[in-house]
Amino acid sequence: MITKSLKQGLTFAVIMSFLVGCSSSSTQDDEATTTAPVVEETVNEPVEEQAPLETIVYFDFDQATLKPETRALLLAHADRLKSSGAATRLEGHADERGSREYNIALGERRANAVRDFLVLQGVSASSLEVVSYGEERPLATGSDESSYAQNRRVELKY
Amino acid sequence: MKRYLLFFVLMLSGMAQAQLTIQISRGADNPTRIAVVPMATQGLVLSEDISEIISKDLEFTGQFAAIPRTDMLSFPRNEAEVHYRDWNVLKAEYLLIGSVEQRAGRYYASYQLFDVLGQRKVLPKLSVDGTEAQLRDLAHHISDKVYETITGIRGIFSTKLIYVEAFQQRGTTDKYRLMLSDVDGARSRLLLESREPIMSPMWSPDGRRVAYVSFESDRPAVYIQEIATGKREQLTNFKGLNGAPAWSPDGQRLALVLSKDGNPEIYTLNIITRQLSRMTNHFGIDTEPAWTTDGTGIIFTSNRGGKPQIYQVNVATLQVERVTFDGEQNTRGRVSPDGKSLVMVHQRGGTYHLAAQDLKTGNLRILTEADLDESPTIAPNGAMLMYATRFGGKGILAAVSLDARTRVRLPSKQGDVREPAWSPFFN
Repeated sequence: MITKSLKQGLTFAVIMSFLVGCSSSSTQDDEATTTAPVVEETVNEPVEEQAPLETIVYFDFDQATLKPETRALLLAHADRLKSSGAATRLEGHADERGSREYNIALGERRANAVRDFLVLQGVSASSLEVVSYGEERPLATGSDESSYAQNRRVELKY
Repeated sequence: MKRYLLFFVLMLSGMAQAQLTIQISRGADNPTRIAVVPMATQGLVLSEDISEIISKDLEFTGQFAAIPRTDMLSFPRNEAEVHYRDWNVLKAEYLLIGSVEQRAGRYYASYQLFDVLGQRKVLPKLSVDGTEAQLRDLAHHISDKVYETITGIRGIFSTKLIYVEAFQQRGTTDKYRLMLSDVDGARSRLLLESREPIMSPMWSPDGRRVAYVSFESDRPAVYIQEIATGKREQLTNFKGLNGAPAWSPDGQRLALVLSKDGNPEIYTLNIITRQLSRMTNHFGIDTEPAWTTDGTGIIFTSNRGGKPQIYQVNVATLQVERVTFDGEQNTRGRVSPDGKSLVMVHQRGGTYHLAAQDLKTGNLRILTEADLDESPTIAPNGAMLMYATRFGGKGILAAVSLDARTRVRLPSKQGDVREPAWSPFFN
């Protein structure tokens, strides 16, 4: 387990440096890559292979940057998707602030960020479908920060 | 500042859909006082109270206050029965009288408008007719005439609204409805129902079709639907976003957002030839296109400068200019019919207001004060705009005059109401 975690951590660091390296030269960049910190993070908790994984990844306001704390989860998803090859929908969502069509675009950016991460991990791009619902399908219907935080998300649907 | 609150319940028409009812939350400082005398009907019982509809129409603009029937000293049926002193006492500035007759199944409404202060007739006896189902139309027609005679601005009471109703409750299947109604919310009619989101409805300039985004195929796609027949057509099905359709002033093209090439970009699509032209090319988010009134430019929202602001692209040269500079964010721009103002969702200090920017001077005016106001749509006469807001924990529609002096709410009895689209004039 320890070697596995270490290996994942290393892989992660390599991917991150790749992402950051890309951002300086690519015009296809978005804020996700420019503001991403280079984290030399080791995955602390060993991943239980059989346990169901959390399928929601959360984001900050008006951001499509993957948060460092979500990466362990996405690495675990990547592992499973690589072995299963299952077709997966990545559904992007936003909170209600900001206009609806802007939020649709923002939700797509978030889902794209998850897709790009999974593809860099070796998941087949053709097995991943991105759809954004913007603010149209909130998980929480309140107009407060805790509701907003639950709604800024990407859901992985196998 | 005078504030008053008015409630009334619209008479339910045939099908009991979710009705919107008007509440005036803020009127003009000095509204014009008008007496709308109950129509003389010679014992005929009508399914609609025409005078009441006219009163409410005029009050809806915030520019008028209708004198209550119970205060009236007389109910003149014709010019000979008009005694100006009865109306002077009530401080009425204008007086509308009329009558309705039925002949061979048709209803004939005739009406006259008097200037009480000037003691003169300002509208000679006019007549309008229709079927029983058109009684509301007759009332709206008379309201349009009265409004235009007094203000010099064309009335919008015969125009329509399209909006989205959403029903999202825990434990139940989501339901989305595209609805059509009179501009006062009455006579709502279902255009489309789906379990998947419906978004961004937009009228064609001829008022016969609506373009919208539907997720019914599990992905967003742009559709066009004929309003009279319900006949619909899927216009786009590109990979990624298919959103925010906006009809060009000549009705031949739609501006829309596609992300098929990686980023959300503005395109135009010729509805006949299906020719697609790319208008923007930037790695940021470009969305919410709206045409300028002359059709030479497209206003859009972009976060290319960091935060979302409004830009304009020249359709011929593809040159892009930034339009808004005030505030943290400005989104969802719409140009007024006279081409002079840009209405938008303006964010400063964490709250979202509607604001109007003078396109010549750049001066910005805040129009609304509630948080989370969104989706402004401008009346075809340019005097009011409708928008979506939240009230009592629900999504509702509200309207504000473009001078920000008057506001009305149209709360819904059920569901969240959002994304109003104000029709053009129909003739």
